[in-house]
Amino acid sequence: MEEILEKYEATKLEDVKVWFKAATINDFPKDGGACVKYKDKQVAVFNFSRLGTWYACQNLCPHKMEMVLSRGMIGDDKGIPKVACPLHKKTFSLENGKNLNGDLEAIATYPVKIEDGTVYIGFSE
Amino acid sequence: MKHIIVVGNGMVGYKFCEKLVAQEESKNFKITVFGEEPRPAYDRVHLSEFFENQDAKALEMAPSEWYAENNIDLITGERVSDINRTEKIITTARDREFSYDYLIMATGSVPFVPPIKGVEKEGVFVYRTIEDLEGMLAYAAKLKAEKPHARAAVLGGGLLGLEAGKAVMDMGLEPHIVEFAPKLMPRQLDSRSSQVLKLKLESIGLNIHLSKATNQILGDSAITGMEFGEDDMLDVDMLIISAGIRPRDELARSCGLDVGVRGGIIVDNTMKTSDDAIYAIGEIALYNQMIYGLVAPGYDMANIAVQQIIGNTEAVMPADIDMSTKLKLIGVDVASFGEPFMPASKGHSIIFENKTQYLYKRINVSHDGKKLLGGILVGDAADYSMLHQVYLNGMKIPEDPSQLILPASSGGAILGDVMDLPDEAQICSCESVTKGQICGVIESGEATDVAGVVSCTKAGTGCGGCKPMVADLTNATLKSLGIEVKDSVCEHFDLNRQDLYKIIQVKEYKTFNEVLDNHGNGGHGCELCKPLVASLMATIHADTANKEYAIQDSNDRFLANIQRNGTYSVVPRVPGGEITPDKLIALGQIAKKYDLYTKVTGGVRIDLFGATLNQLPLIWKELISHGFESGHAYGKSLRTVKTCVGSTWCRYGMDESVSFGIKLENRYRGIRAPHKIKGGVSGCIRECAEARGKDFGLIAVEGGWNLYVGGNGGANPRHAELFAEQIDNDTVIKYLDRYLMFYMRTAKPLQRTAAWQERLEGGLDYLKEVIIDDKLGIAEDLENEMQTLVNKFECEWTQAVNDPEMMKRFNHFVNSEEEDDNIVFVPMRDQKMPEPWV
Repeated sequence: MEEILEKYEATKLEDVKVWFKAATINDFPKDGGACVKYKDKQVAVFNFSRLGTWYACQNLCPHKMEMVLSRGMIGDDKGIPKVACPLHKKTFSLENGKNLNGDLEAIATYPVKIEDGTVYIGFSE
Repeated sequence: MKHIIVVGNGMVGYKFCEKLVAQEESKNFKITVFGEEPRPAYDRVHLSEFFENQDAKALEMAPSEWYAENNIDLITGERVSDINRTEKIITTARDREFSYDYLIMATGSVPFVPPIKGVEKEGVFVYRTIEDLEGMLAYAAKLKAEKPHARAAVLGGGLLGLEAGKAVMDMGLEPHIVEFAPKLMPRQLDSRSSQVLKLKLESIGLNIHLSKATNQILGDSAITGMEFGEDDMLDVDMLIISAGIRPRDELARSCGLDVGVRGGIIVDNTMKTSDDAIYAIGEIALYNQMIYGLVAPGYDMANIAVQQIIGNTEAVMPADIDMSTKLKLIGVDVASFGEPFMPASKGHSIIFENKTQYLYKRINVSHDGKKLLGGILVGDAADYSMLHQVYLNGMKIPEDPSQLILPASSGGAILGDVMDLPDEAQICSCESVTKGQICGVIESGEATDVAGVVSCTKAGTGCGGCKPMVADLTNATLKSLGIEVKDSVCEHFDLNRQDLYKIIQVKEYKTFNEVLDNHGNGGHGCELCKPLVASLMATIHADTANKEYAIQDSNDRFLANIQRNGTYSVVPRVPGGEITPDKLIALGQIAKKYDLYTKVTGGVRIDLFGATLNQLPLIWKELISHGFESGHAYGKSLRTVKTCVGSTWCRYGMDESVSFGIKLENRYRGIRAPHKIKGGVSGCIRECAEARGKDFGLIAVEGGWNLYVGGNGGANPRHAELFAEQIDNDTVIKYLDRYLMFYMRTAKPLQRTAAWQERLEGGLDYLKEVIIDDKLGIAEDLENEMQTLVNKFECEWTQAVNDPEMMKRFNHFVNSEEEDDNIVFVPMRDQKMPEPWV
């Protein structure tokens, strides 16, 4: 099970080599998320429209290794944008992936850019 | 800098490190910890939880990073094999040497394995470490694959043995407990309470064998049975030995430390051994000629050793150690405190016993009846914390002490207020936190709620038994400071559910953002307030979950119940449990087509499991074409109205329970409430529909229906209370409309009717005044609001499958038609199940 975790590595803006064209902005609910497939990866993408910001992270919840984070509710924890896993409500920062209500491993986050109504996710490979 | 070596990384060894690094002086010490087990210290007290979730990480006292962050060298998987006291050097099993200034022996204990012939056989285990548990699980899995009704016995009916018995049940084996003594838990319980406990455990399926001395263990290479006497045998496939503990003192013996005749390193009240540089703490320490196998005294010892080493030499262990315990064994409360078995020469015992309810309470009081000396509680230990405090602090007891244990309705149970306790009363014995400390952090403003008190004082982080009292103290202190105890829904609103209800109703808000922007604290919402507002919108405007789906809880967003592996289950409505053969066939065919695991639910419906997100709308299209509609099993809404067959077929039936049940289920289907709601209708007092276990229940009697409200199953089962007698169908509907709407208006988030009703000021009588006598003048409003919800009902699955835009929601990927490739199913019986979590 652990090996699927290794597929996901946090990617910083300066490390982006590929901007993957995922979908149009209308494919994502306002203040909610959906899942994007990139190669053998599943990436959760969130349209945080209250902040006017988009976020992307691994779809895999590190607690029980299920591909569910894109189906979670988003919001903020004392100002930190977060997603809550739909299975057991483990919450993760959308900015740096840190588990906000426990000691789980941080999840990988990815840069997102919007151009002409299209959502691109940045990967290093 | 001085070097402290801690030998043993169990709960007490860990606690020593935690207490030491919390001290300013810890910067003068370098700490190295050796643990023989492969993982850092974990919570052995809650070991049986491992069988429920197999999550070793969840049991950890602290993750390995914690040791690094606190400059502690943690070396796991390496046993200390020798101590050279003259040179102050230890040697490990890997032949590495380390020198020390102070040595802390925290090697704990090992399970005692009696010298019975055949104990070496395959299938015989001890119960102590996570590795032991993993071995048992693997063996049990093998057994179950070979034979369907495998049995496992636990040797030892003490506290740990019964814990192991729970583990056997959790593993799905037939459990047997074999005890040498004539009673269970001989150290904590007297004969009568032990008998009550035995009856209770037998009622939940444990087989108990007392006064059995095991002569030998039968079988060739693997265990097949236990022999007690010539013709006295028990066939078992597995055995877990839990016959007590022995201190692990071999290292101490080999280096010449003074040890007791029956084992354990002798310590004085400073925890020092016969060598001034060596301390012993926890289950290895022999103090007062006793080994203390409880975690609280172990933690106290850790603290004393820390204080001594940093130079706080006046800190010593008390001469009397409180051995009071409260635990939940296999779901049964068991507690004993003070002197549980008191000889008649020292005082009188007052005993309350009710075997029909498996209850036993005994208190021992001084001859003059003024002091509580100890006691035993089995079946219900709710009063333990207070009785324990009364005992510890020598508080005054009522003139008639029996009131301390008699049921409240007979005028008893008049324990004092938590605030009456003296400041020095120890509330959390695991962490030695007093009432004064708890109230202090609130008075100083350091903590403003229970979570804050817990993080400031660590109270409640050990066994957790004191949590209710910590909460009571916190709330009472806040109240005494004039601070309103907030029940605001989350950090984004300073309002409670009822406030939000009124605001949305009056201002006619239609979206979450309107509510948040106008009444929130400037944040962006969260997983607590979003589904709550969604539920209120549904109650106030009859919105379905499709309207603003991103604020719905996951189940409501996808109109299905998310399961272990991220797939969903599908439950169509089967009102009252009545279903035609054609519809039953349709369900079967659909389940077969999509390969869904199929099971009848506790609410007499049929649940189809293992549907992927992409499959959900396809399945529902077919269900709807066969006349099914959403069963709302995923929502905080009406689930089922369970019915017995009633007077149409049953020769005892007094009324048509099925017809009325269907009518009620169709009336209240789809309404969203603070929590799920279940109903039941029975055609006669034999109560086959179990209606009194539901939020609302009806029982047909001569002249109409008896209406019961506020029952539920779950963790705290409760019978519904009789609300009205011999009323006709229309009156039932009138009262239920009012009752449910009043509940929906005023309950807290996720509060079932039972908890709401119980906390309602004025209780059931007040509720009757509001609902039946219309004391508040709101009955008509309540009825109208409910009627609006009934009129506006729409099946949300029908809405979804008829709208191409809504259908998009059910794709796993936005950029691909593929399904989640991470889902793995394994076969189980003739169906499938998700691959178990590791």
